[in-house]
Amino acid sequence: MFHPVPRRSVLQSAAGLGLSFLMPALDLKDAEERGSERAKSLLILWMAGGPSQLETWDQHAGSATGGQTKAIKTTLPGAEIASLYPQVAEQLGELNIIRSLTSKEGDHERGTVYVKTGYRPDPIFTYPAVSAIVAKKLRSEELEIPAHVSLGGGQWPARGGYLGASFDAFRVFNPGRHINNLKSLVDEERQAQRLKSLDVVTSAFARGKQLQVDKTLHQHTIDQALRMMSSEQLKAFEIDSEPAAVRDAYGDSQFGRGCLVARRLLETGVRAIEVTLNGWDSHASNHEGHITQSQMLDPAFATLISELKKRDLLQSTIVLCIGEFGRTPKINPLDGRDHWPNWFSCIVGGGGLAKGLVIGETDPAGTKDATEPVSVNDLFATLLQQLSIDPAEETMTPIGRPIALSDGKPVAKLLG
Amino acid sequence: MKRILAPLLVVLGVFALCFAAVRPPQGLETNPAVVAAFDGELAGSASTVDEFLEAQWQTEGLAPAAEADELQVLRRLALSLMGTVPSLEELRQFESDEAPDRLERWTLRYLQDDRFADYFAERLARSFVGVEGGQFVIFRRDRFVAWLAEQLRQNTPYDQMIREMVASEGLWTGEPASNFITSAVADGNLDHNKLAARSARAFLGQSIDCAQCHDHPFNANLKQEDFAGLAGQFGRVEVAALGVHEMSMSGSDAKPRMKKKNNAEEDEAEEPIPDPVVPFGQDWLPGDGTTRQKFAAWLTHSENRRFERAITNRVWGLMFGRPCVDPVDDMPDPPPAGQPDLLDVLGTDFRQHGYDLRHLIQTISASRAFRLESTHPATDSAELAAVEETWAVFPLTRLRPEQIIGSIIQASWVQTVDQNSHLFVRFQRFTKENDFIKEYGDLGDQELDEQTGTIPQALLRMNSDVTRDAIKSDMMSTSGRIAGMCRDDESIVDTAYLICFCRQPTPPERDHFLAQLSGVSKNEKNRVVEDLFWALFNSPEFSWNH
Repeated sequence: MFHPVPRRSVLQSAAGLGLSFLMPALDLKDAEERGSERAKSLLILWMAGGPSQLETWDQHAGSATGGQTKAIKTTLPGAEIASLYPQVAEQLGELNIIRSLTSKEGDHERGTVYVKTGYRPDPIFTYPAVSAIVAKKLRSEELEIPAHVSLGGGQWPARGGYLGASFDAFRVFNPGRHINNLKSLVDEERQAQRLKSLDVVTSAFARGKQLQVDKTLHQHTIDQALRMMSSEQLKAFEIDSEPAAVRDAYGDSQFGRGCLVARRLLETGVRAIEVTLNGWDSHASNHEGHITQSQMLDPAFATLISELKKRDLLQSTIVLCIGEFGRTPKINPLDGRDHWPNWFSCIVGGGGLAKGLVIGETDPAGTKDATEPVSVNDLFATLLQQLSIDPAEETMTPIGRPIALSDGKPVAKLLG
Repeated sequence: MKRILAPLLVVLGVFALCFAAVRPPQGLETNPAVVAAFDGELAGSASTVDEFLEAQWQTEGLAPAAEADELQVLRRLALSLMGTVPSLEELRQFESDEAPDRLERWTLRYLQDDRFADYFAERLARSFVGVEGGQFVIFRRDRFVAWLAEQLRQNTPYDQMIREMVASEGLWTGEPASNFITSAVADGNLDHNKLAARSARAFLGQSIDCAQCHDHPFNANLKQEDFAGLAGQFGRVEVAALGVHEMSMSGSDAKPRMKKKNNAEEDEAEEPIPDPVVPFGQDWLPGDGTTRQKFAAWLTHSENRRFERAITNRVWGLMFGRPCVDPVDDMPDPPPAGQPDLLDVLGTDFRQHGYDLRHLIQTISASRAFRLESTHPATDSAELAAVEETWAVFPLTRLRPEQIIGSIIQASWVQTVDQNSHLFVRFQRFTKENDFIKEYGDLGDQELDEQTGTIPQALLRMNSDVTRDAIKSDMMSTSGRIAGMCRDDESIVDTAYLICFCRQPTPPERDHFLAQLSGVSKNEKNRVVEDLFWALFNSPEFSWNH
């Protein structure tokens, strides 16, 4: 009897009636567009420390290397994952698993640089993180908050590298709770007075060297900061207005809050986000460590996917869950697993990528190399291509060498 | 009565001290140690630099900027040598110092200050060992930095310092120079390639990292086999429980072997270490000594122009905020002999003065280029680029994070914050400094590269707790003291400008703030002074070198 009212027209009429305060604080244009017509974004769930593939997406239950892990079936046909992830298992049909990622960097910092940039670290200059490239290439003019956001800290947040420090991720250490330095120290009247004084002082300094001072962009940066401080879009960082049931579904953890904030940022038009979950470096008591981690990752990741789907945002958002490397098939005498870049797993999907694929197979005995190896730069070339950014495009670097955004080859079957 | 007398006296004493601190001191004694810093030697060195640049200005038809105010030069010196603005205490002393050559004497005074040794040691350490923590226990970065600081304190010749690092033997704690070697240990293996690349970058200003896999794209002298030869210089090093030591070599069959860097199990195949070969200047190698001793002698050989050029470029970069040749660790080949550039002029003088870092810094500081205004009448960007290129104007450069926080902390104290400060002040400085640098963005060992400013940095300067604490008007802080102690509004504004900018306010600036201060209550006045400091801290003049 009632036709379902498309979300788009609800939003339009709400805006028309002056009821915009009822809507979530969204960029109107981005909020309107849903599904595949919406501008694309990249969301990386960063598993800092290197999760074990065997206790997550590439279990070998019952084998010599499998440890105590049990397997469960998933909505991705034919794929079983560790039983620690029942909620993720429900959502997996929308996504893909790559079990044959390869790297040569077995150190946390070097591995992080490699898996965030797609290039092995170089001592004389810094490559940009793939998320920084996305933030630069897909930047939307209406955005008053940073286009590249890192939620939940982490030791090596994504950097702009040779694209410039302005593409460094904006760091929010405690998402949903508090953002550093966004409120002015004094009331509005006094702040206005301070800014007026700042003008007086700045113009005295610029006298006779306006050209040089303009080049510093000092004032421009302050203006951008002020624009951000007074932006309605900042509400995207707040989660208090979210229903308690939604907040609970993500889980009461810093990572859970980070994922919820990430969803709100995506809706506001932020194009590149990383949410960090620390604590994967399980050199001792690997199994117990992974149980603890799964209690944070499972609800947050699964709720995120189901919400993106419900809100018709998954078609426009590539979600990638990855860490700097995997962990050894062999369990060490402390019941831990050590660093293992030779093969490891990630989950990737959305944003119009294919779905339901399992790429690569690893050896239960942990001796033979994975089949169908996918290097990290191949993965990034795939993501960039899917985001309509040409991975082969070259940028002139400060050291005078042109470098491709990614030197990998897109994985054809992942592309949508 | 007796019970309140003692605390009362203390309070009065503190007030008297504060009062004295914000007023110009009377009858300053001259420290005999710093008299006569500007001798004929230094004058000669500085004038070779001046003559070189002046000739260049003349050829290119460029007029240099006017001479900068001496207080501005003092600010540059303090920022580059100690990472802070001068304290009000120092500024007052400097103002009342009327003896000749005061800038030369103050340069030397700063060079003899422990703050210089500590600050410069950290800067050099970044190029020698980077900023990473490295292998636990085996690499002791703190020891290494302390050792460098000690060398700077004793003014050890630079070449000797480098030889000790490269050829060091012994334990990382007892022989701190050996941490140069152990900084390249990862996952229990010594990475010879890393040491080779690091040595070339830090000591020769040459990036040969790319030559690990292919010839250098624009440096004809660096081939792939050169890289292997340099890695071979560290091929006989063994890092064991008793420290770093050189294996003895007897015959070609005793070739040491190395592990591949990859720590994955099956990649632990061993491959032979290449023979030690130098890419040029073979006859600089001495006949005797261990492989590393010979290599160290080669690096620091008096005919190795790259060695002196690399360090003079780096020191110039630290003092001007911009090196002569950018980037500092990927310099092109030196110009042909007989066509010296600025680095050759400086480098030759540096070598002739026994690789004396203090002499190099004093020379740069006494040069005309260092004392020019940062304002130039150039009207278009092409002309401006030309004057900047030839150092005919002092460049406007972004202060590094440690200089900004150092300045904020120093500006919030009247006295000099140094090793003589109260423990509480030093502790506060240490913790605040580290947090701030982390949040502002540490540039690591690429700190001399040009960077763009970011929104989080602007937010941090405007809205952070660090700023709030630094401008808070209380009994201990500068803003509180000058609000309470200065004899009139005008001296409040003047003192604040001196502390933050090392200059007097311009008439429009003075009028602007006097209008805010006039006729307000005492409480209100404190707030106005806080606002004044906030505006000064957030201006480009505070966070840029000029």
